Amino acid sequence: MTSPLLGVRDLRVVVGGRHILHGVDLDVVAAGVTALLGRNGAGKTTTVRGILGLVPRSGSVRYDGDETVALTTHQIVRRGIGYVPEDRGVFAALTVAENLRLAERDPDPAYGLVHELFPELKQRARQAAGTLSGGQQQMVAIGRALLNRGNRLIIADEPTKGLAPRVVTEVAVALERAAQAVPILLVEQNLALVRRLADHCVVLADGRTAHAGPAADLLADAEKSRTLLGVGRRADVPKDLVGPESGGDH
Amino acid sequence: MSTVVLLGVTGLGLGALYFLVASGLSLIFGLMDVLNFAHGALLSVGAYATWWAASHSFGFPLALLFGTAVGTLAAVALELGLIRPLYRRPREQVLATVGVGLAVPALLSAIWGADARTFPVPAALAGTFTLLGASVPVNRLVLIGAALVVLLALRLFLGRTRHGLVVRAGVEDRAMVTALGIDVRRAFTLVFAIGGAAAALAGGLAGLYFGSVDPTQGSALLIFGFVVVVMGGLGSVGGAAVACVVVGLVQQFANYYSTAGLGDLSVVVMLAVLLLVRPSGLTGRLA
Amino acid sequence: MNVPALLRRWWPALVLVVLVLLPYSALPLPGLLDGPIGSPGSLQLLALCLVFGALATGYDLLLGRTGLLSFGHALYFAAGTYATGLLLTQAGLNFWLAAALGLLAGLALAALLGSVSLRMTGIGFAMVTLAFAQAGSILVQRDPGGVTGGEEGLAATGLPASLVGIQHTANLYWIALAYLVVTLAAVQWAVRSPIGRVWEGIRENERRVEVLGLRPYGFKLVAFVLAGALAALGGVVYLLLTGGATPQTTTSDFTLSLLVMVVLGGSGTRWGPLVGGVLYTWAEHRLASLAGSGTIAGLPSVLRVPLSQPLFLLGVLFVIIVYALPGGVAGLPARLRIRAVSRGAQA
Repeated sequence: MTSPLLGVRDLRVVVGGRHILHGVDLDVVAAGVTALLGRNGAGKTTTVRGILGLVPRSGSVRYDGDETVALTTHQIVRRGIGYVPEDRGVFAALTVAENLRLAERDPDPAYGLVHELFPELKQRARQAAGTLSGGQQQMVAIGRALLNRGNRLIIADEPTKGLAPRVVTEVAVALERAAQAVPILLVEQNLALVRRLADHCVVLADGRTAHAGPAADLLADAEKSRTLLGVGRRADVPKDLVGPESGGDH
Repeated sequence: MSTVVLLGVTGLGLGALYFLVASGLSLIFGLMDVLNFAHGALLSVGAYATWWAASHSFGFPLALLFGTAVGTLAAVALELGLIRPLYRRPREQVLATVGVGLAVPALLSAIWGADARTFPVPAALAGTFTLLGASVPVNRLVLIGAALVVLLALRLFLGRTRHGLVVRAGVEDRAMVTALGIDVRRAFTLVFAIGGAAAALAGGLAGLYFGSVDPTQGSALLIFGFVVVVMGGLGSVGGAAVACVVVGLVQQFANYYSTAGLGDLSVVVMLAVLLLVRPSGLTGRLA
Repeated sequence: MNVPALLRRWWPALVLVVLVLLPYSALPLPGLLDGPIGSPGSLQLLALCLVFGALATGYDLLLGRTGLLSFGHALYFAAGTYATGLLLTQAGLNFWLAAALGLLAGLALAALLGSVSLRMTGIGFAMVTLAFAQAGSILVQRDPGGVTGGEEGLAATGLPASLVGIQHTANLYWIALAYLVVTLAAVQWAVRSPIGRVWEGIRENERRVEVLGLRPYGFKLVAFVLAGALAALGGVVYLLLTGGATPQTTTSDFTLSLLVMVVLGGSGTRWGPLVGGVLYTWAEHRLASLAGSGTIAGLPSVLRVPLSQPLFLLGVLFVIIVYALPGGVAGLPARLRIRAVSRGAQA
């Protein structure tokens, strides 16, 4: 087995004296989309924030072969990560162009790609981002992540949350296009989108990894996906569902 | 009429001092959540450095430059030495600035005495000029001019440079700036340097305006700096510019047309009322 | 129960007995005090220490117990001092009546301004309290109608004979001690009451208190008014101790010094603010008299100049405490214990 691009082992996060993550394991392989799934409150966003060092964390996060758990957020991101946060993280008082310019790290940013995927951003370049619709703000957020050709991983946290169906399609197309060049770790509630995009999936429950495997297998198994993703009745996660990757020694 | 003109120009001159104090305070608070109680100390450092240089026949412009440089260095030292190690502990950061705010004026009065020292005002700035029938001291114009230059420079810096972009974005969401791969701590040092420079410049100009320097000037001006910052909306330089004009004018006119002291009083009462009616300040932004 | 256990339980009572008996002691404490303990000068300083210890304890009700950063506490202290002083000099009231009304004035002011300020939270609250206190300070210093004495301050008249003059310093000392006991008891009682547990919740996480269906506003107002009333009472005691009112007690620097005392001693602890207040007051007076003495005059100027300014030393000490001793002096024993344990574990 080749070593993953991103390997998380036993990630733990304590915020304000409360344990949010008790030990998350996940791998993102060097191609395609890996979906991070789980019920509300399972710890998906905290996992992402822990990987990026936005919350104090312990455990091991190896990116591209290097341990990053002792690094600060900007050091981790500079190693080539594009991040699309849950609330979009768009700077409302800045213009669209300024939001994008702030994200520039490469000498030759991929404005061509961004404007091809989201032509609206070019038209609205001088508009304050705070006056954009939710969908347009999401385009800015994704655009910032796609701008740097040096990015070797994109982490997108619920990029379609709260968007109109037409915009969901637009975002999906953009992610699909991006995934051809860069692997993506995608937090997503929209299972149709997961089915369309994801190759692998990791499921969290109560701050732990509860399942890992091919995305298609999980979604094909109605009983299993109901148990893990909380569609329908609530049930405890049986031990034998824990994926082969978790808890293993590497 | 001539009284109104004189009061107006004096109010604007005072407002200019408040702006120089408040612009840095506002940026520091907006970006770092640190209410810098040492800002008055930085002003005093600038005032004494300018006074020292001016008394040693530097010439006023050079003395002002020297004072501003010393204040900038002091601010950078404060940020790197005391504020940065307490990163992620905002309450302790504020407490550390309180300690510095107490210690520095005490040190200044230990070295140069607690009494006011006469500021050597250059002859060219000591006179008055006639404006609409009023005889207005020239130094008011120097103050207003300096504040306008600083306002313009800050706007250019914030609007046209990458560092300025980082500061504006950081005022909105510091964590997201780091998540774009930017080391926001460098912006911290930068805003402290800018704030220290503006405060030290205010110190030197306060020496010109009051004709003397004393160790408590900084903390007295700091209070009104806070008033301006809060009124203008924390983190907003434009808001601070509007608020300082309002505060300076209200203070001057109320002090003249009612009993002395009522102007100062009306300013703080105005702040309290404004905060209760519009908690986010004049510009509607609360960082 | 054996003796150590008894001691652990009853040492505050023992300390209190010792404090009550201090005026009868002629023990000299060279270095700590100028004269023997029972001398008027020493008793005056000790009484001031107790008043500020109590004042810091009351202030910590806001800062350490409820998590409210008020920059206007000086206002309520000064309200007690000045209201009582004005009732004595202007209205010519009997002292005890004037003191009771002065306390009421401080309480009413705290209730009024607290109910307004507490509509803000966080830094907005800090700023509004600062603004109100600054307004009070300006009023006192500008001296409208010539009643407050402006920069000069106010000399109290018509005080009871038993509370005036050097020969009665012991009485003043006992009053200061009584004020301290009242403050400690009030704070302790309030913190242990159901309201106190809500305060703790507000300090930890105000949202969570709201989720429980409680409105934090009312609870915070109770803390604000109680702390304000205790400060006003302290103001009355201070008026007796110094024979008048000074405008320095109205300034924001005065509130900042309370903040320093609390952090110095240890915020949110039972004895910390008291220890901080006593240490600060003692150090300020001792350093000031040291600065005027010949010991310092002989030093080279690099040392002599900063040492001549108590506030410089206290400011530096404060910064050091913030860095090196986040729990204040009160947290020191626990830190030492932890260090000893971890060292033992390593060995």
